[in-house]
Amino acid sequence: MMPGEENESKMSAPYSDKVIELFKNPKNVGIIKDPDGKAKEGSPACGDMVVLTLKVDENTDEITDIKFKSYGCASNIATGSIITEMAKGKTIEEAKEITWQEASEELGGLPSIKTHCSVLAVDSLKEAIRDYEERHGKVEERVPTDEGVVRERLKHVMNPLTGIDVVRTDLIKDIEVAGGTVKIKVDLDEDHQFASAVRNDIEEKIETLWDIDEIIINFKR
Amino acid sequence: MKENLVYLDNSASTRMDERVLEAMKPYFFDTYAVATSEFAYTMGIEAKEGLEAAREIISSTLKASSEELIFTSGSTESSNLALKGVSRGNEDEGNHIIVSKIEDFPILNTAKALERKGFEVTYLEVDEEGFVNLEHLKDSIDDETLIVSVQHANQEIGTVQEIEAIADICKDENVLFHTDATHSFTRIPLDVKDIPVDLVTLSGHTIHGPRGIGGLFVREGTSIEKQMDGGFQEKNLRAGVENIPGAVGFAKAVELVNSEENERLKKMRNDLIENLLEEVSHVTLNGSRKERTPQNANLTFHYVEGESITLHLDMRGIAVSTGSACFSRSLEASHVITGIGGDHERAHGSVRFTFGRYNDQEDVNVTVKAVSEVVENLREISPLGGEE
Repeated sequence: MMPGEENESKMSAPYSDKVIELFKNPKNVGIIKDPDGKAKEGSPACGDMVVLTLKVDENTDEITDIKFKSYGCASNIATGSIITEMAKGKTIEEAKEITWQEASEELGGLPSIKTHCSVLAVDSLKEAIRDYEERHGKVEERVPTDEGVVRERLKHVMNPLTGIDVVRTDLIKDIEVAGGTVKIKVDLDEDHQFASAVRNDIEEKIETLWDIDEIIINFKR
Repeated sequence: MKENLVYLDNSASTRMDERVLEAMKPYFFDTYAVATSEFAYTMGIEAKEGLEAAREIISSTLKASSEELIFTSGSTESSNLALKGVSRGNEDEGNHIIVSKIEDFPILNTAKALERKGFEVTYLEVDEEGFVNLEHLKDSIDDETLIVSVQHANQEIGTVQEIEAIADICKDENVLFHTDATHSFTRIPLDVKDIPVDLVTLSGHTIHGPRGIGGLFVREGTSIEKQMDGGFQEKNLRAGVENIPGAVGFAKAVELVNSEENERLKKMRNDLIENLLEEVSHVTLNGSRKERTPQNANLTFHYVEGESITLHLDMRGIAVSTGSACFSRSLEASHVITGIGGDHERAHGSVRFTFGRYNDQEDVNVTVKAVSEVVENLREISPLGGEE
């Protein structure tokens, strides 16, 4: 072999052959235009980010198309590839049941230190399905939004300074929910370089809640 | 192996030079006595002579007296001994230590360990190229300060500190100054006659010498306490049977480095940096353009993650390393890139290329082409950048 040409990896550890194969040639890469459901999990700051979009047949609830993009390591890219392959053609109810363990088994196992990176990809599928259900009035049991619901959602928004979510890093100072309005206080300067990114991420996670009409996000002045 | 591999991770470790092995061999098979047997039998005298000749070669490179150099098992031990030996040995004089925030782990984690035992530690700020803030240094030194440790050159981004200015400040303030020269020794001159540095950490395996051997320069009269009990070897500062083959190999490795080689490394790394900045979009050079070690290039390729780059390059027979969190056992992003004010994204996409004796210009060409293609492919998968 000559240096510079792509060859079969001779590395046995730490990745399985399947992971390497999908890392080299991932399936279902892209972003679907006008998707029925979409999700963005992780952030550049946490080291991994996945964007997943899907199309659903509204009559049969079958996932007809699904694509992902990844800013991440090998296990993240491979997991994105395998879960899109697993979900394609399934109904959303079936796809919801896909677990990280199943994805990991399909991949022939993943190094334990890489769990986080691959869980992120599985979460993006669950979030995209949730997004679809909420946008298409498919949520059967409508839970009224309260502070706890908002807090759960915000655990999927990353703090760009640390790469850990905004709830665990205490970036969220206060949450108020009343009469269809959510008010969130963020412990970040208004003119901070990441303020608008955090605002967009928060809005994206909250706006699909069925009983919320208005989102007010206050930064430090 | 050479035909199949472009090895650009020479700051992690290097391929040992065959001439080093040849120099070491007699001390495994012919002159294998311990140096402390010099008063008992002839082979002991010869062993001792071999050890002292090696000490002379290495210490003279620093313009030090051979009395001022001890051998250790490597730079980790040297830095532990310097920082712990001075701090613990002078506890009644003070309890404050100063290190830069971008030190390599032997200093950084030794400082943290001392901090847990009650010492106060100041972590010096650095600017966006990695240079220690001299004002912060001056302001940090107080009556309690025992020692300042600032590396000569950085392990990841290659920044070469203004070592003379730092040493002068420490001398004026009457505190000891240690520098970790693991990544600069023989590559960048260091003259301890000119520069008032008190302790210097040295390593053998980063310059095509053997692993398991390092050195510590200890200026005459420096107050330091031994950290490992046992025999009285190495000026009673480092117990244990001397690694004479290692010391001899280390000395040979030092002799084999010359300024032509350093110029050659510098040219390869300059070509790599210039070509990558030209060929690939959205690239940031980490560290200083001018004041960097001849072997080091470090660039961030935005919108892609470093481990993915290194893995693809490995499939193409190119070995490099990255500051990405995904690459580290701790899943923490490089403290050097974040230390110079880079965000996590900049650390995640950072790739370190370090050259050595066995690289040539063809390696540069192959690497530039491979990196351009790999980064482009990964950007097609990435949700960042592009039109979005």
